[in-house]
Amino acid sequence: MSLDRIMDIAGSGLNAQLVRMNTTASNIANSGVVSGSAAEAFRGKRPVFQTILDQTMSQANSQANGGVRVDRIIDDKRPLKEIYNPSHPLASESGYVWGSNVNEVEEMIDMLDSSRGYQNNVEVIKTAKDLMLRTLEISKA
Amino acid sequence: MLWAKARTTIELKSMFRIDQYFAPNQQALQLRNTRMELISQNIANAATPNYRARDIDFSASMTAANQKFGMSLTQSKHIDAIGSAGASTEATLVYRVPLNPSLDNNTVEIGVEQAKFGRAAAEYQASLQFLENRISSMRKALRGE
Repeated sequence: MSLDRIMDIAGSGLNAQLVRMNTTASNIANSGVVSGSAAEAFRGKRPVFQTILDQTMSQANSQANGGVRVDRIIDDKRPLKEIYNPSHPLASESGYVWGSNVNEVEEMIDMLDSSRGYQNNVEVIKTAKDLMLRTLEISKA
Repeated sequence: MLWAKARTTIELKSMFRIDQYFAPNQQALQLRNTRMELISQNIANAATPNYRARDIDFSASMTAANQKFGMSLTQSKHIDAIGSAGASTEATLVYRVPLNPSLDNNTVEIGVEQAKFGRAAAEYQASLQFLENRISSMRKALRGE
């Protein structure tokens, strides 16, 4: 019996979704940041999820997938906001400041999606726990 | 001495029978468990790019398991595989065909997976109940009340 493996898998899902929510929070918090050059400007961060391939399951007729992990966090490639504001203390010689490329609406949607994913994994853990306890009662049969 | 030896053989034989008596239920429970594992993997990977949702072909896996336990002997020359209980479950894995394609090649549809998981949990409980029934009836038979 390996109901605890389900817990591990769902736990990895919880962890990945939490990282995603953290990057979303960071993106929203930094969405209003401006800087004096394009290189220093804040770019939205996006986690890239990857399946953990499991060796133990590969003994069956084909390789099965395991949980999920965050492979890397990439910068959003979209163009930055160039704002003409010569009175800004950080403005460049030509009078521009660079704002972040974060789109708040997209971030909110991303947050909703990851919170739903988190809830799904919590439900999986709850069900696995119930079944585990129920299986323990087999000795009382 | 001879008598003692004969007695051990009988005991051993009956041990194997109890084993085989529970084997199909155990096998079913193991398969249900593997199935839930796979669906939980699908749910955990709901946002992973290029992930293909998987599932178990339950009837194919159960048929294979039954053949292994020698339950479906269709000819007199077939060998009964007594005592092979407890061997690892070999599940027949299949890819899920998605209802709608997605941009990132992920074939997990969370609603479908949730429904399947709920059903798999119910089926697990059903298998568990069957096993419990078997155990309690075996207990009754042993007590001889």
